[in-house]
Amino acid sequence: MAEAVAKKREARAKIRDAGGHEVAMLKVQGLKRYFDVSAPWLNRMIERQPKQILRAVDGIDFEIGQGETFGLVGESGCGKSTVARLIVGLYGPTEGSIELEGRDIAGLSRQQMAPMRRRLQMIFQDPYASLNPRWRVRDIIAEPIRAFDLAKGQAAIDARVGDLLETVKLNARDGEKYPHEFSGGQRQRISIARALASEPEFLVCDEPTSALDVSVQAQILNLMKDLQREFGLTYLFISHNLAVVYHISDRVGVMYLGKLVEVAPAKTLFTTPRHPYTRLLLDTIPDLDMSGRERTPVAGEVPNPITPPPGCTFHPRCPFANERCRAEIPMPRPLSDGAIVACHGIEEGRIPDGPMLTLPARPEGLA
Amino acid sequence: MPLLEVENLVVEFPTRRGTLTAVNDISLHIDEGEVLGVVGESGAGKSMTGAAIIGLLEPPGRVASGRILLEGERIDNLPYEKMRRIRGKRIGAIFQDPLTSLNPLYSVGRQLVETIQTHTDLSPTQARARAIELLTEVGIPAPERRVDQYPHQFSGGMRQRVVIALALCVNPRLIIADEPTTALDVSIQAQIIALLKRLCREHGTAVMLVTHDMGVIAETADRVAVMYAGRIAEIGPVREVIKNAKHPYTHGLMGSIPSIGHDSERLEQIPGSMPRLTDIPTGCAFNPRCPHAFDKCRTVRPDLLPIEDSWTACWLYDGEEGRNKEASKKLVAETKADAVLEGNNG
Ligand SMILES: Nc1ncnc2c1ncn2[C@@H]1O[C@H](COP(=O)(O)OP(=O)(O)OP(=O)(O)O)[C@@H](O)[C@H]1O
Ligand SMILES: Nc1ncnc2c1ncn2[C@@H]1O[C@H](COP(=O)(O)OP(=O)(O)OP(=O)(O)O)[C@@H](O)[C@H]1O
Ligand code: SF4
Ligand code: SF4
Ligand SMILES: [Mg+2]
Ligand SMILES: [Mg+2]
Repeated sequence: MAEAVAKKREARAKIRDAGGHEVAMLKVQGLKRYFDVSAPWLNRMIERQPKQILRAVDGIDFEIGQGETFGLVGESGCGKSTVARLIVGLYGPTEGSIELEGRDIAGLSRQQMAPMRRRLQMIFQDPYASLNPRWRVRDIIAEPIRAFDLAKGQAAIDARVGDLLETVKLNARDGEKYPHEFSGGQRQRISIARALASEPEFLVCDEPTSALDVSVQAQILNLMKDLQREFGLTYLFISHNLAVVYHISDRVGVMYLGKLVEVAPAKTLFTTPRHPYTRLLLDTIPDLDMSGRERTPVAGEVPNPITPPPGCTFHPRCPFANERCRAEIPMPRPLSDGAIVACHGIEEGRIPDGPMLTLPARPEGLA
Repeated sequence: MPLLEVENLVVEFPTRRGTLTAVNDISLHIDEGEVLGVVGESGAGKSMTGAAIIGLLEPPGRVASGRILLEGERIDNLPYEKMRRIRGKRIGAIFQDPLTSLNPLYSVGRQLVETIQTHTDLSPTQARARAIELLTEVGIPAPERRVDQYPHQFSGGMRQRVVIALALCVNPRLIIADEPTTALDVSIQAQIIALLKRLCREHGTAVMLVTHDMGVIAETADRVAVMYAGRIAEIGPVREVIKNAKHPYTHGLMGSIPSIGHDSERLEQIPGSMPRLTDIPTGCAFNPRCPHAFDKCRTVRPDLLPIEDSWTACWLYDGEEGRNKEASKKLVAETKADAVLEGNNG
């Protein structure tokens, strides 16, 4: 796997710092994003409610190398889309830095971001909301081509739009239709075509294939890998489909309640998951075996980011929680095989290997 | 009597470029307490079939022919008002696009309370309590706090769960669920599926479950319909379709599923893409992509034929061609070995 990554990297000239070290495509440090979700000021005064702050992203660090695919997984609402939106500049961070090829973009204005915009594109989780309903699909896709002057003349633009539509397995003639004339998965492919239109170097993909049947999904994933091999593209890939994440990612980060609890090479993460949350997540994957096994959702109350539990935020649901876990926030610590895990139990070596479902369903410590 | 019967349904979109047939002569039924899974190519007509059943085809789309019966009563030709009441009370709809079914200007709680109050005689306080209870059932954390927030303050998966809660508000007889779990993590997904199954078991609710996730189909559906280019390619008991696929398209679909632990640079994919609905090839719509196509496939359209426990629309299984069913099944099953499917070569 390391070899494949290395090969991919050669595809593109590397940006290096003064000391000759390769600069990461993306480097995120201490990144936080809080939202104020208080009731309107007047109601709050009348009902004497305190201000409510929601910690969508609560201090995360990670890097994505050039030409690498970083998968991001985790429970619904844990902050994945917020991370994506922070990176492409749709949200400003509450705290922390975001470096793109060594340059901090967190504080940049829209105008200062402009030169980055072509190189950094995002495929949104909600494809319909991101397509202008009044534009024809060919104009939607042509927009970045025109804006960044990537093809000269109408004929060349039309040809490029046609190519892009066919790349995502739609028909070139479909360009004259409007977004509402397409099915859910077809719309998702239109937004992929648009994101590819500006020939980006770094693509942030938020559930890019969730609306696609497995055959079209395979075509899109193969395409993404081809583009990466050819042009050295870098991907941040968010998905709930863990098999897809396994297939496409070089490394994977697992988020829980606004924090990264585990980061590891894809293979390591899926063969030897360390963090108790990661293990529960992998145990819950549906299978095709039709063994009649009922999946047990991760037990315990789903926590909320407005009043996160103290200490390790996973402790109310963790079978291994102890006093320390309830009081002290675990810090990410690197292990010998390249994994990074934030868990007291792992640090203390008191968590046995193996699947978690074999454990008692509701061990002590779980109310 | 099945709870839902769809007979020879045809859905058309008249467009400037000619009439497009999105659903082409589909018949199916769902029994009380049964889950019918619907899978198939993106654009094959799954959502339009669902929209036709709940009477929410967007004009110019229309039911051109066929009948839809709910508990024996025709519902495809009802006046708007009457259908609207059926939709609220007897059919619950979970749409593919959660944002389009939520009003961005109203809080989540208000939308739930309004729906509950339209169809029941609960007081405002009771309706609010019911709304919070529903949010709890679909796994929204801290529902008493969340209930007053607006859709944009929810994550993608949380919005999807609000849409599910809206559909379940009034204990419908039939639920049309279009990709209800795509934006959900595996844990919440398991919870939602357990909830749907409980409704089937305890209230005899019938569910039409449209999804691309074969794992979800495998553990939820009783029967599965596989759609391609507006028609049903194969329909039968879930085990039969998943473990013993007969139609070459179903077979290609099953082969494209990525799996953990299986390392390959490329995934298998079915070559080519689905035809545009305005120029569907004559004969079998799958013939340009089918590794087994022969002369008859290019001229005559196959209808569903009973093969073992399921029904398949494929000429391979028609005795007249001189092939027996066993040989055909073997042929299709060996496709993968023949590397007729693209990919897996890199
Ligand atoms: N604009 C906003 N205002 C207030 N809260 C927000 C806003 N955007 C996101 N949140 C909250 O931040 C948290 C993280 O949301 P985010 O969309 O990042 O989750 P996610 O991991 O992408 O989930 P999903 O898998 O369901 O898409 C959620 O609790 C959500 O309600
Ligand atoms: N308003 C419209 N005008 C013209 N054609 C339409 C319209 N709405 C849908 N269609 C076409 O009808 C066909 C069936 O669409 P449908 O939404 O049922 O597909 P689907 O099977 O649900 O696909 P997906 O899995 O991508 O959601 C599609 O090929 C689409 O292009
Ligand atoms: S820190 Fe403690 S509570 Fe948190 S995951 Fe590790 S063992 Fe469980
Ligand atoms: S009818 Fe012919 S073309 Fe169609 S699926 Fe069967 S063998 Fe293939
Ligand atoms: Mg999201
Ligand atoms: Mg659909």
